[in-house]
Amino acid sequence: MSDQSTGSDLSAEGGHGAVPLKDVPTGQGVTPPEPEWPLYEVFVRGKRGLNHVHVGSLHAADDRMALLHARDVYTRRNEGVSIWVVRADAITASSPDEKDPMFAPSGDKVYRHPTFYDIPDNVPHM
Amino acid sequence: MDSHIDTPPEDEHESAYSGLLVNDAHWAFGTDFEDPLAGVDTTIPDGVDGPTLAAYALMLGDDALVMSHRISEWTSNAPDLEDDIALSNIALDLLGQARLLLARAAKADASLVPALPEGSPVPPEDALAFFREAHQFRNVRFAELANGDFAEAVVRVLLFSVWRLATFERLRTSRDHVLAAVAAKGVKELAYHRDYSARWFVTLARGTDESRRRLLAALDELWPLWPELYDTHAVEAAAAASGVGVDPAEVRAAAEGVLAQVLEAADVPGSEAPRRAGVLGRTGRDGMHGEPLSRMLAEMQSVARAHPMGQW
Repeated sequence: MSDQSTGSDLSAEGGHGAVPLKDVPTGQGVTPPEPEWPLYEVFVRGKRGLNHVHVGSLHAADDRMALLHARDVYTRRNEGVSIWVVRADAITASSPDEKDPMFAPSGDKVYRHPTFYDIPDNVPHM
Repeated sequence: MDSHIDTPPEDEHESAYSGLLVNDAHWAFGTDFEDPLAGVDTTIPDGVDGPTLAAYALMLGDDALVMSHRISEWTSNAPDLEDDIALSNIALDLLGQARLLLARAAKADASLVPALPEGSPVPPEDALAFFREAHQFRNVRFAELANGDFAEAVVRVLLFSVWRLATFERLRTSRDHVLAAVAAKGVKELAYHRDYSARWFVTLARGTDESRRRLLAALDELWPLWPELYDTHAVEAAAAASGVGVDPAEVRAAAEGVLAQVLEAADVPGSEAPRRAGVLGRTGRDGMHGEPLSRMLAEMQSVARAHPMGQW
């Protein structure tokens, strides 16, 4: 996970979380490797969909280029009619370390689910 | 949103992707595997000479076929992954156009199709693509130039798509239903090719000194073959006269207008490179091609020619 190197870097920047690239001594001389273009996350909404769905990420130099790249890479099979791209460093993500305090308490609050009502058969999509 | 009692698996909200991968089965024209012209009326219009229509379709088809193959040579060689896929998409769009146009040519004049051994499963459009000799190709010489650097690819796609889009916009009203359908589909593809390459053109022109230098060099390299795109061949004149084709000379103003906008946005003065002459007055539309095309075809056709009876 990408939080191995500094503990505070929680974005997907720099190798999609596989290998931390910043501040790692490579022993290859003084110049750092060529930086990649900024990372963008791509969301696509299908023809029949109501919401945009995250389909992946890509690198691009700016917002408009990210949109064109997303069209080329993520809509090849007629997946959608609308694309959103967001710079990955604009996204704030929850940390896996905080999983327990963030999410476990909602697992035992059965009274928050609408399961105690009888829904008539002819009412759709409840 | 989801309740935690058993939800039926067909629930559209169950999987994040189920709303995206919808098989509407309303596929666009030209996607049938067996018959590329399925769904469109292929009768030759009244007063139109079959061989003329076929020769015209062959010209448009060869342009797309040769250009598609050249662009496909960029696959796995582009500067980064997303542009690699973009160039491959462009090549595939053009290949689709080529398939439809060659199929139309074969339907309008079967004598064009090279003869293959008895029992060969090769369809006529494939026979035209893979079993003709270089001198039988009718593409403009612009399309067959060997690839250079990325700037050259950008300029090549820009010039080609601006020209072809101007032609296809008029071809939508062709009296031939097939050409009109191909043009209607093609303008959407070509509009994207033009926009993609125009964006890169402006980016490279106004980027670094090196990108600008390479871009201007690429423009000088390709400009000599730009005027040939607007020469009217006898076949094109006949096709335009009978209402099925477009006279290239007529689209020059529109195409150069679009190009002028891109050049202005890029702050590029254009090229002064002189036009490349034909050989004995003959150019690509007459079947006069250079060595690059022969080399390209040798590679492109090698597998098909090795297995003329092959099933794919």
